[in-house]
Amino acid sequence: MWIYEKKLQYPVRVSKCDPQMAKWLIEQYGGADGELSAALRYLNQRYSIPDKVIGLLTDIGTEEFAHLEMIATMVYKLTKDATVEQLKAAGLGDHYVNHDRALYYNNAAGVPWTATYIQAKGDPIADLYEDIAAEEKARATYQWLIDMTDDVDLQDGLKFLREREIVHSLRFREAVEILKAEQGAKKVF
Amino acid sequence: MKENQLPEHYYTMLEELQAVDFVLVELNLYLDTHPFDGAAIQQYNQCAQKRMQLAHQFQMEFGPLMPFGHAFSKHPWQWVETPWPWQV
Amino acid sequence: MMEQVRVWYPFVGPFDPCPPILEKTYSTPPQLFIPFQPMNLPQFSPHEALKHGTLWPALYSPYEPKNT
Repeated sequence: MWIYEKKLQYPVRVSKCDPQMAKWLIEQYGGADGELSAALRYLNQRYSIPDKVIGLLTDIGTEEFAHLEMIATMVYKLTKDATVEQLKAAGLGDHYVNHDRALYYNNAAGVPWTATYIQAKGDPIADLYEDIAAEEKARATYQWLIDMTDDVDLQDGLKFLREREIVHSLRFREAVEILKAEQGAKKVF
Repeated sequence: MKENQLPEHYYTMLEELQAVDFVLVELNLYLDTHPFDGAAIQQYNQCAQKRMQLAHQFQMEFGPLMPFGHAFSKHPWQWVETPWPWQV
Repeated sequence: MMEQVRVWYPFVGPFDPCPPILEKTYSTPPQLFIPFQPMNLPQFSPHEALKHGTLWPALYSPYEPKNT
């Protein structure tokens, strides 16, 4: 069961009116290595993963929805007051014609989100390695997004999100270690 | 139409709550892979206690943070009021 | 703290049309070096933790934007 909490995980501040950045940020909203992919991947894999690791997949999956909300907030702040002219100049004309200022699950190139971005092999090692790779790819994407802007406040939020990917990657690696551990051996971590 | 401006302490109280909640998320993920770390469990429970107090204070002044019975409401129904998190 | 960046020097061809990039870097953040987080690592204060994106300094990875 999910309950929604009416606050962001981390405060999002955007100081520069730069709608073009919204076009690129969308990559982490509806893109292959974005937060929606992450959330759905982990929350789906958890039904077939060994019991010991279900908690971790549930919790990280839930946290990813909070990150999705942060990206949405960044895009919202960058586009809500933009004029049509500004949106066209920012390369968001195609988006506007279909969606006005509504958000949508597509990547920076406009490609709609697809379930082919995620996998659940049913093999826990394969699934966890996919998860580790996903976190590393998201981390890299946040690096490139940080490179794209000189808005220090926006960078701050993106750096937070990048650090979260690092911690998630570590937790998935630990999950692999837990599954590698011998049956019956009482390991004190 | 002049909107309701949020007072300065809205942001400071919110950030204090976000900070405690973040520690709880970090401890929660850590404990998911370190279930036998007693000291961490203790810290988690202490933070949870602190969190409940901070959330209670915040909600008393600014309205419910969660629906479906996880917080109370005054009249009229507060859950539907602004601001929503992406507007703040 | 270990360096979290590695450098490498791409091959520069004699017929490359554009001015060459001589030095490239990649990030090597903490999770590569920690197979399992040890217990009792030092922690940030809650406010510091939120700012850094992690409760533990050992897991923190700064990132310098590459604005040319």
